[in-house]
Amino acid sequence: MDLSYGAEYDDFRNEVRQFCRNNQFVDPSNGMPGVTERPSTERQAWQAKLIEQGYAARTIPKEYGGFGAEPDIIKNRIIQEEFISAGLSPGMANQGISMLVPTLLEVGTEEQKKNYIEPTIKGQMIWCQGYSEPRAGSDLASLRTSAVVDGDDFVINGQKIWTSSAHVADMCFILVRTEPEAPKHRGISYLLMPMDAEGIDVRPLVTITGDATFNEVFLDDVRIPVSNIVGTRGQGWQVANVTLKYERGMLGNSGQGASAIKNLEDLLLTEDEAGHRPMDDAVLRDRFVELQARSLANKYHGMRLLSKTINREPPGVEDLIVKYSATELAHDIFCLGVDALEERGTLMDDSPHRAEKDWQKSFLSSFVGIIGGGSANIQKNIISERALGMPREPLVELTKDGWSLKKP
Amino acid sequence: MHFGLSEEQILLKDTIRRYFSDRLDIDAIKALLNAPCPDDIWQSVVEMGLTGVIVPEEYAGSNLSMLDTMVVAEALGEFVAPVPMIGALMITAAVRMHGDENQRERYLPGITSGSMRIAYGGKQGHRALSCDGERVTGRSSVVVDVEGATHFLMMADERLLVVDGSESGIEIEKLNNVDRTRSFAIVSFDGVACDVIGQGNVSAVQIALAVGRLSLAADTFGAAEKMYEDAKRYSLERYQFDRPIGSFQSIKHQLSDMVSDLEPCRSLLWYAAHTYDADPDEFELHSCLAKSLVTDVGKRIAKTSLEIHGGMGYTELLGLHLWFKRIETNRQLLGGPESIRTRAAEIQGFINQEVS
Repeated sequence: MDLSYGAEYDDFRNEVRQFCRNNQFVDPSNGMPGVTERPSTERQAWQAKLIEQGYAARTIPKEYGGFGAEPDIIKNRIIQEEFISAGLSPGMANQGISMLVPTLLEVGTEEQKKNYIEPTIKGQMIWCQGYSEPRAGSDLASLRTSAVVDGDDFVINGQKIWTSSAHVADMCFILVRTEPEAPKHRGISYLLMPMDAEGIDVRPLVTITGDATFNEVFLDDVRIPVSNIVGTRGQGWQVANVTLKYERGMLGNSGQGASAIKNLEDLLLTEDEAGHRPMDDAVLRDRFVELQARSLANKYHGMRLLSKTINREPPGVEDLIVKYSATELAHDIFCLGVDALEERGTLMDDSPHRAEKDWQKSFLSSFVGIIGGGSANIQKNIISERALGMPREPLVELTKDGWSLKKP
Repeated sequence: MHFGLSEEQILLKDTIRRYFSDRLDIDAIKALLNAPCPDDIWQSVVEMGLTGVIVPEEYAGSNLSMLDTMVVAEALGEFVAPVPMIGALMITAAVRMHGDENQRERYLPGITSGSMRIAYGGKQGHRALSCDGERVTGRSSVVVDVEGATHFLMMADERLLVVDGSESGIEIEKLNNVDRTRSFAIVSFDGVACDVIGQGNVSAVQIALAVGRLSLAADTFGAAEKMYEDAKRYSLERYQFDRPIGSFQSIKHQLSDMVSDLEPCRSLLWYAAHTYDADPDEFELHSCLAKSLVTDVGKRIAKTSLEIHGGMGYTELLGLHLWFKRIETNRQLLGGPESIRTRAAEIQGFINQEVS
């Protein structure tokens, strides 16, 4: 067991710390830049500065506007730690930066890399993800939105749903069916669609939190050039899986868990008007310590995975469980916060009553983690099939005699 | 940076597992029940160096880390080995840290060589004991690993004390406990001479309990992982409705839940053991958190695994009951999850003395 990053990283940490001391920027907006709103010009300027220093877009090659450093996960971690401890806004993370850019770097054409990566990492070009459809959620590969070649264009028709940031996005990386005759996984293509094209109708979808963070996107004879394809026709499923790999990492990031349990501890130790602390209640206290144990277990688990990555050990079941485990924990933490506040726990964030953190809204929002990016049930299928070697369930179909096994 | 077991620790684990998988199949374990640890097993445990893992070299031990100890405890749990290790670890840690030179000399070489076998008092029963610093009196309602024990490690009046089993005035009434890989008894002391560790300093009690609890957590982890592996294998072997039952989503999801619970626990155990050597102020808290979480997870896994095995899991034929009962017992030993979480809250200053 050796939990130090090694003395060779001390200089780097000092450099980052120095930067954090000499530079101040905290994005005043409550939204997430590039997700619920467009980044402000100040935020874009901050991003440009971070890229120049190598604290954002660190490993993106220079020719595409990045810093061009060798991948070094410890340096990434040090940057993250120092920015958190200084309370500064870190480099932007949104679907374009975290998902599309790595995908283009892996499978995009030279022209696509040149056109899209630089404005995306600088926060000038915002992307949304056109994957899910009303009838293609967990079974994403059954998607039906079609694209037909007409001259030099694809003509796209269909509907996408759960498209976060579609209302602020410039571009959409979208999955469409181009080969209707092929087996479902081989008939899909991955296209890059400008959101200002004719025939796109974005309608906000109000969620359980009362916010419109997602959208429905209706596509009616939308024309885009045939060159806007990533990979080849019918190869979209493999390209999409490159992207999904990055999304699972983004949703399961256990760094968020550490601050949630600390906030919960503070809440439970805060006296109400009558001088009562929730922590004085033996049952709430017991629930808290249990969550604290789970939370620390997840934190140390994150250190173990970091160590595995650094030492180039192959991924295993311990990597696959992270998203499921961390998102369930987050839900339970917010749930205890609401319970500890009792009646006041049911109030929404704009209530004049409360100075505490916004527990009800966090509680409701925790479903984004549990359902988004492959729901908990899908995660459990993935864990059992990919890591434990369990068989898939047989396929069934409805015939005139009722349900029967489908012939392969 | 390296978070995990070293090559030597993996080798240690393999050595122990190789030995026990040869020596302890289900029938061998069943034959051992309710008896002291057989001499050949105890001798092999000593020869593998398992009793002296954290004993300093000047007392013939190998002076390794607490993480090595967890490797040992986990492997013993995996094979439900009837080896009286918990008391040995507790006394070693306490004597190392708080014992005087005479006490180190008196106990540590004997622990390493296996000439001493330690029974330890459970959580309940301490209140019935009183100790004036030289003699102990009272009736302890639960003492563990009594069969074949040469010494008793007890707590009385917030003191940690050792009683030599050959002293007069000790009376043992055997109990019928559910986990037959360990022996329980009521032990009565009638003014028996005792050796107080650390001059009655309460931190001797705390370190002994913390090491005992973490070892029980590791033992539970080993046993729970084995029950999970059994369930996984059985799910692919057992066919119903012309399908392996592991192709039913309900079973797949139960298995995914088990492994999703287990892996973070493994990380927590490793880290908790690491604090003993690297961040001692954090050790007792981490021991409490690990014991309470791992035994909760162990309970769920033991239940689910048994259930997946169906009626056969409820019989003695498969032997699953041995693991189930070991996990069940570990959960209660040295405090159940609730009382241990209360201790964790106390350590962190969460308990308002005026209110409680």
